[in-house]
Amino acid sequence: MEPSAMPEEEMPPSVAPSPAGCQLFGYVGIEAVLDQMKIKTMKTGFEFNIMVVGQSGLGKSTMVNTLFKSKVSRKASQPSQEERIPKTVQLQSVTHVIEEKGVKMKLTVTDTPGFGDQINNENCWDPIIKYINEQYERYLREEILITRKRKIPDTRVHGCVYFIPPTGHWLRPLDLEFMRRLSKIVNVVPVIAKADTLTLEERAEFKQQIQADLKTHAISVYPQEDFDQDPDDRVLNDRIREKIPFAVVGADQEHQVNGKRVLGRKTKWGIIEVENPAHCEFPLLRDLLIRSHLQDLKDITHNVHYESYRVRRLNESNRPALSPLNGLPGKAEGSSDL
Amino acid sequence: MASLFLLNQTAGGRTSPFACSAASFLRGPVEQRVSQLSAVPHPRHHCGAAGAGEKGPFQSDDLRNLSLSGHVGFDSLPDQLVNKSTSQGFCFNILCVGETGIGKSTLMDTLFNTKFESEPATHNEPGVRLKARSYELQESNVHLKLTIVDTVGFGDQINKDDSYKPIVEYIDAQFEAYLQEELKIKRSLFNYHDTRIHACLYFIAPTGHSLKSLDLVTMKKLDSKVNIIPIIAKADTIAKNELHKFKSKIMSELVSNGVQIYQFPTDEETVAEINATMSVHLPFAVVGSTEEVKIGNKMAKARQYPWGVVQVENENHCDFVKLREMLIRVNMEDLREQTHTRHYELYRRCKLEEMGFKDTDPDSKPFSLQETYEAKRNEFLGELQKKEDEMRQMFVMRVKEKEAELKEAEKDLHEKFDHLKRTHQEEKKKVEDKKKELEEELNSFQKKKAAAQLLQSQAQQAGSQQTKKDKDKKNASFT
Repeated sequence: MEPSAMPEEEMPPSVAPSPAGCQLFGYVGIEAVLDQMKIKTMKTGFEFNIMVVGQSGLGKSTMVNTLFKSKVSRKASQPSQEERIPKTVQLQSVTHVIEEKGVKMKLTVTDTPGFGDQINNENCWDPIIKYINEQYERYLREEILITRKRKIPDTRVHGCVYFIPPTGHWLRPLDLEFMRRLSKIVNVVPVIAKADTLTLEERAEFKQQIQADLKTHAISVYPQEDFDQDPDDRVLNDRIREKIPFAVVGADQEHQVNGKRVLGRKTKWGIIEVENPAHCEFPLLRDLLIRSHLQDLKDITHNVHYESYRVRRLNESNRPALSPLNGLPGKAEGSSDL
Repeated sequence: MASLFLLNQTAGGRTSPFACSAASFLRGPVEQRVSQLSAVPHPRHHCGAAGAGEKGPFQSDDLRNLSLSGHVGFDSLPDQLVNKSTSQGFCFNILCVGETGIGKSTLMDTLFNTKFESEPATHNEPGVRLKARSYELQESNVHLKLTIVDTVGFGDQINKDDSYKPIVEYIDAQFEAYLQEELKIKRSLFNYHDTRIHACLYFIAPTGHSLKSLDLVTMKKLDSKVNIIPIIAKADTIAKNELHKFKSKIMSELVSNGVQIYQFPTDEETVAEINATMSVHLPFAVVGSTEEVKIGNKMAKARQYPWGVVQVENENHCDFVKLREMLIRVNMEDLREQTHTRHYELYRRCKLEEMGFKDTDPDSKPFSLQETYEAKRNEFLGELQKKEDEMRQMFVMRVKEKEAELKEAEKDLHEKFDHLKRTHQEEKKKVEDKKKELEEELNSFQKKKAAAQLLQSQAQQAGSQQTKKDKDKKNASFT
């Protein structure tokens, strides 16, 4: 086997030489690095932070419990709390450690009771935006330290599930406002809550209406089109985008159907199976969020949203003293945007 | 078994700096590798039960452990994570430090089972310089951007005092480049081509006695900056018993001099065993060869001598297989991680502290780094201003001095001029006087001359009269 290309000549030490292709004559074992990486990540564990936003009574807590098949929601973990609609939007986080087949995950669910429940809902998204930015700030602080921790604790919100009430018409101004503001700083996944009140045709129509609304207002929800990396991704994500928002039903009780125990809602006219794709789109949501795109959510949060927050933050601290010829000797080249 | 609930093949990706990869090869190469290795137990990789008594990553009192009542599916997370790399690829950078002709290029060729084109270096290099070459390797679906950095001219000079300096500078330059990228405001770390050195293979010459002092000095300088793996090159020149003594001598010298070589990680159960057994054999005595010799009924990489054949992949002949195991198949990821979390962080800390930054002080202002930035910048500007003023003052002073000097010079010149003028006038007067004298003399001379002439003419006349008279007389007498 002939080597396929000549390597580049030597270059000054700090410039990375452009690579040349080389043929391997036999098995070297490079792919073992994948194994090594997997072992390492399983050892360190994963962190995932999800936020659920929506009016009270839309089934957010039930949905989260169904997603993670355990009582992760706020209600379940603090049963003694009184259920009252708070006067302002509050954010409450509950953290759990769950493990499956050796993979440990630290899951944080942030709930927003009081969102959209007041009579005057102006600026009800402010506490949420503030919370999200606070998490970015915390991470940024840690990253900027001189002596950094080996693993910076990641509390940034990786995904925000927004519950749309199943009116069947179109998005309400509150929904539009919220999604517009938040899709800029976090991954927003809209879902139609309590979808068992809509028939299949109504559901399809509602979805179309929502998609049209989102497009008109230029709201880019997850999976965002701008971040598709290659054609495969695009095809894959297009298929998902056709189905957004998912119409979900949440249930945490099991019933007998055809001799099997399934999660579902029992009504007089039938049992709505949550995990049945024909009944509702919960499996799709779960697969998207957990089984296939969880890492992607984290990556977009880290590489896109966090970076843009960082740019904003660093720029705004510098604005008062901006002048073209400034800069510190060592940092000048790097922080050229200062 | 790990179930791969990938709805669709690749979950598209933006990668983190520790890029990661792939999906469904779990079964295949695991068994393949097991059959390839002779006596080495292979690290079993299954998503099985975590170690019973070990403290997990999230064990803390304020976190609740929940049990799941069904299959959720996030056990595919490692696969998702690892999936990203197939498109992005890995970077791995090896630095080979060793004398010219010790077998660095051949070993690289043998290690990666390919032919990297390169000409051997001459021994006439005036100093040590580093040559970096990048190659793209692909195996099944893993793309590896391999960069091999060679030290050209190492150990060739007469005075080797500064031999280590270019190496240290190169390593620091890579860290610096990464640090600069990380400190930028608009940065793109996820597709940054990482050039930091992940492993340094230090080639020890097979003298059979001990380490050379150059080796000790260089390794001591490098041990806090890079993961050093010492290897004995051209090990087929050493007999087995000598080899054992040599190895222990080297290790004891390293320990007594406090050189921190790379420790294979033993904290993870899957790799602890193999790493522990391998560590005993450090430094690995390797033989490199790209030529194949027929042994038995197969072709194998070997070196042929008149007295026998040294097989590269035979564990009884040399430690090449161990090196390959350790470097590539078991610890590549750990090497990268150590470089990033230990060596790079150390460099970053030192560099930032050197620049005067500190972490948040007790009365913590938000973003103390920013404040320090500002303070430093103002300081710097103030200094600049001061310097400017100083320079201006000095300039004014100099100007004044020069002016004074010039004035002096002018005055001098004027004086000289006056003096000259006077002298000139005096001379002129003298000359005039002399002229007058001369004229007078001339006049008197002329007078004298005139008088003399007159006399002469008178005398002549008288004479001529006399002669006339004489003549007349004569004439008269004749008549």
